[in-house]
Amino acid sequence: MSETSNPILKVRDLEVKFRVRNKELTAIRRVSLDLYENETLAIVGESGSGKTVLTKTFTGMLESNGRIAGGSVEFEGRNLVDIKTDKDWEAIRGAKIATVFQDPMTSLNPLKRIGVQITEVIEKHQKLPAEEARRIALTLMGKVGIKDPEKRFSDYPFQYSGGMRQRIVIAIALACKPRILICDEPTTALDVTIQAQILDLIRYLQREYNFTTIYITHDLGVVANVADRVAVMYAGQIVEYGSVREIFYDPRHPYTWALISSLPTLARKGEPLFAIPGTPPTLFNQIVGDAFAPRNHYALNVDFEEEPPFFQVSPTHFAKTWLLDPQAPHADPPEAVKVMRKKGNIYTESGAEASR
Amino acid sequence: MSKTILSVKNLDVTFKNGRESFTAVKNVSFDVYEGESFALVGESGSGKTTIGRTIIRINPASAGEIAFDGRKISGVIDKELDTYIIRNIQMIFQDPMASLNERATIDYIVSEGLYNFNLFKDEAERREKVFKALNDVGLLEEHAERYPHEFSGGQRQRICIARVLAMQPKFIIADEPISALDVSIRAQVLNLLRDLKQERGLSYLFIAHDLTVVRYFADRIAVIHQGQLKELAATEELFARPLHPYTKSLLSAVPMPDPDVEKDKKLIVYDPTMHEYETDKPSWREIFPGHFALANEKEAAEYAAAYR
Repeated sequence: MSETSNPILKVRDLEVKFRVRNKELTAIRRVSLDLYENETLAIVGESGSGKTVLTKTFTGMLESNGRIAGGSVEFEGRNLVDIKTDKDWEAIRGAKIATVFQDPMTSLNPLKRIGVQITEVIEKHQKLPAEEARRIALTLMGKVGIKDPEKRFSDYPFQYSGGMRQRIVIAIALACKPRILICDEPTTALDVTIQAQILDLIRYLQREYNFTTIYITHDLGVVANVADRVAVMYAGQIVEYGSVREIFYDPRHPYTWALISSLPTLARKGEPLFAIPGTPPTLFNQIVGDAFAPRNHYALNVDFEEEPPFFQVSPTHFAKTWLLDPQAPHADPPEAVKVMRKKGNIYTESGAEASR
Repeated sequence: MSKTILSVKNLDVTFKNGRESFTAVKNVSFDVYEGESFALVGESGSGKTTIGRTIIRINPASAGEIAFDGRKISGVIDKELDTYIIRNIQMIFQDPMASLNERATIDYIVSEGLYNFNLFKDEAERREKVFKALNDVGLLEEHAERYPHEFSGGQRQRICIARVLAMQPKFIIADEPISALDVSIRAQVLNLLRDLKQERGLSYLFIAHDLTVVRYFADRIAVIHQGQLKELAATEELFARPLHPYTKSLLSAVPMPDPDVEKDKKLIVYDPTMHEYETDKPSWREIFPGHFALANEKEAAEYAAAYR
């Protein structure tokens, strides 16, 4: 699927800076990314890695102290970086690229009836009469799994449970039939059983409405469940990307290794969990070399001096680490990564092409 | 079998609001042994936090009894026992961003309990206790003069743990201590809690919704749903032989970091109306040794047969 279809969105060398207390912080450091039609891409990273900021540039929702300092975001023949006014953004935001945020408590207006919150979006963007908008809203409520939509149409948000509210937020996001749906930690505030239902719902709706999905999450379980492709972010950069199987069963970047190693699911009871030492670098300063180097057991001398380029592992899998350089010494990945390789039936030596 | 440190018997907690009342915890019983991590797993609104809060007497028990270290601590108790409980049962909360006083130094935050109970002879001893607690959680003495906003989420959770340790409690209630933290930070905090248990024989009531974390951390697990315990077993036993349909639905819902497993996964949805409890009433039964479930006569037979 992703290999054959065309990119629907192309990000090139994007750089985003924020002005905080008279100092400048670089939140996104020259990120390039292709999003393919109908795929589900998961962007994984810790808080502060830039995953949310990156997707906010797709809908012009950067905070007022932020600006795009370089690069481009190409969508439907337009460079979104050139869009300056909110009025111009209206044609994209919500209409073509919609976002579902983490907390359904704050994304709905507590004082407006549920039905009105859906119809107002339809009336505004599609310029449809109220009767027609109501009909579409009821259909959407049914699609997102609200039982008896006619009856729940006039309820207020407080009369809905957390999971039901998130269903409504998804209905609103889909009201204008967007081409891209950005799900920013859509299930973090929900219970596990509800989370599983919402993930299933988004998958079902994707088939039904043919949109492309970007998931932003820190939960590798969710990623494994939803993603076709995965991009791993660290300190404002994508450090590794590939198919979901490549990232879980044959990761190559030491940061991805560290993430997988710190999962309690792979740990043996009674043994300490792997913890990444230190903290992410401050983005106020210019970063020299590989941003992960100071926390990385596998760091080479060159990591402290020169930023690594992307090395190709397979036609779909790339990692930004000097370990993949032909001159690099052999690095033995951590135990947890070896366990994952076995699970995925991947038997390769570092550097060799992954076999399927 | 080691000694029971905390015993909860037939606990009910009811909240009243005018004429309306809501029973958040219904007839819950369990024991926590000395040196054990006992996990209470359930979804939001299941009553798991209410149980924790009732143990430390923030919420009163409506019925039933709680005993700590052999003494009854629910209902009316004298001042001496109250002090004893506060010192020996300490709680770690979910959100370290919300549970520290932003305007106090770390030194004050960690010693607040010591001040309240006059747990030091002189200033030198107080500082020594603070430094010791900070060192225990991997922080430095120089951190004592700083303010909470200067620390990351993981460090703040460690400050919360230092504050708890300064009291030298026997029992810690950890209410979702890592769910607000990033993946890499979670490991640090889990390791710390685990080390403290091994080094000092602390006992934990670990309240969580994430079964993968609980599997790593807990010795025994109780599953709670709508205020009632549904199942209780040793950790690996629960994962190997889940009995109650609610436990099965929880296990099926946890996303595993393994794409091939996730692709084939079948979600089990629990419908509380599935039980036929009109005539055959449910009770708390030991289906396998040490493995309990809420079941009626018919279900108990089915549960036992399922793993024969």
